[in-house]
Amino acid sequence: MKTKNQELTAQEKFVRRHKRHRKQITSCRFLLLVFFLVFWEISADTGLIDSFFFSSPSRVVMLFMEMCMDYTIFFHIGITLWETVISFLLVFLISLLTATLLWYSSRLSEVLEPYLVILNSLPKSALAPLFIVWLGTGTTTIIVAGISVALFGSIISFYSGFKQCDREKITLIYTLGGNNRDAFHKVVLPSSIPVLLSTTKVNIGLSLVGVIIGEFLAARRGLGYLIIYGSQVFQLNLVITSVILLCIIAMGLYKGTQLIERKIKKHMNL
Amino acid sequence: MTEKVQNIIELNNIGYSYHSLHGETTALKNISFGVKTGEFLAIVGPSGCGKSTLLSIIAGLLQPETGTIVVNNPDGSLHYPRIGYMLQHDHLFEWRTIYQNAILGLEINHMLTKDRLEHVNRLFHDYDLDKFKDKRPSELSGGMKQRAALIRTLAMDPQLLLMDEPFSALDYQTRLMVSADICKLIRAAGKTMIIITHDLSEAISLADRVLILSGRPATVKKELSIHLSLPDDSPLAARNAPEFPNYFSQLWEELISEN
Repeated sequence: MKTKNQELTAQEKFVRRHKRHRKQITSCRFLLLVFFLVFWEISADTGLIDSFFFSSPSRVVMLFMEMCMDYTIFFHIGITLWETVISFLLVFLISLLTATLLWYSSRLSEVLEPYLVILNSLPKSALAPLFIVWLGTGTTTIIVAGISVALFGSIISFYSGFKQCDREKITLIYTLGGNNRDAFHKVVLPSSIPVLLSTTKVNIGLSLVGVIIGEFLAARRGLGYLIIYGSQVFQLNLVITSVILLCIIAMGLYKGTQLIERKIKKHMNL
Repeated sequence: MTEKVQNIIELNNIGYSYHSLHGETTALKNISFGVKTGEFLAIVGPSGCGKSTLLSIIAGLLQPETGTIVVNNPDGSLHYPRIGYMLQHDHLFEWRTIYQNAILGLEINHMLTKDRLEHVNRLFHDYDLDKFKDKRPSELSGGMKQRAALIRTLAMDPQLLLMDEPFSALDYQTRLMVSADICKLIRAAGKTMIIITHDLSEAISLADRVLILSGRPATVKKELSIHLSLPDDSPLAARNAPEFPNYFSQLWEELISEN
């Protein structure tokens, strides 16, 4: 048996210190949440804040349980998730295809550059009413809204990722007798994977934003609809419950993409 | 006439200019020379004089504005010689294993035949890289990476090797070892080589002939045939040969008079 502290090597001490630090950070995070919830609950119960407007943790939990009983909450969460995932996948596909096309044709990318910049900086919520007129109210409109928020930034990021590829590595492909296609498949695409993955992580969040905007305006179901409906009938418990669920969903989606990112990076040894 | 037949490739009055909105920069002017089969030709010149442009033209990556390149194949055929090009950095891809990197050229040219792969395996064995086939480039030393890059080039069985300062990314000691090592391997494979370098000692110790280019626009200023009496083939032997200092000062004079 080792006597405490005396026989620890410097490395062991470092690892211990590191672990203690991680634990402290985690417990601080947890405490902050608990403190916030307790403070919120007490303020609502003692009338410091009006629980009609600000709700309270217990009311949120009650409502959530109630909606779990009749499965309505699962239905709304499912719809929002489904729409987000679909628009996220479409954003990935469309921007990969477009960026590839732009890489192949520098003429096309020169022509389209100002349009992409304008479309990217345009607030996409301004387009939502147009989508409703053009596509009606329903899933299509919401998915298109989800796509519109993430798409143009994603195309620009993918394309600039492709462009950052080392010129000499591309030259190498040409010296080995390869053409543009080989350069793209053997060098440009594999070396851009880190950029593709980090853009993807941003895209999943943006798709969610777009879907919620869409649901605000053009839905009879989904969390965005619950928020708008709740605010219109002054049922703020419903609004706050939905917002909290959205927080959890956003975190889940981010963690999910992060997990996939790590797996791919490990697999490709990047 | 007999000498001409031996030339694997011959450049006649090659000229090339770069164009920008600010005007035209002539990089190469009236460059003519030939390379004999099995010969090691070094090209030296002031930095920025267009040496790399010249290699790109020989490799067929750039089209010369003026002049012609004549090929003389031993069998009388007219095809352009198969060219292997080694760049300044090894550019082994980190997302591929060493073996996958080595067969990149074969993969691109759809030549993953049994014979070719056997050739690659033999090279791996000859160059002592057998154990590193499944490693990633970052796990290899600078010298091993250069060898792997050489296998990638030789896998295509090129007739003419072009080297654009292939050792410049290495530190000095490694560079001495690796340059001698790589050139020995290329000689053993019976290839013809054109190497660009700014290191005069490297040019004298590796090449059979040194071509000195002038500053911009580059023209061939002087040719120098190198004959060293070598006791052995260690990397330092050439640099200790009695003729070495004389060649060195001749090259030095030529380059200095340029500035």
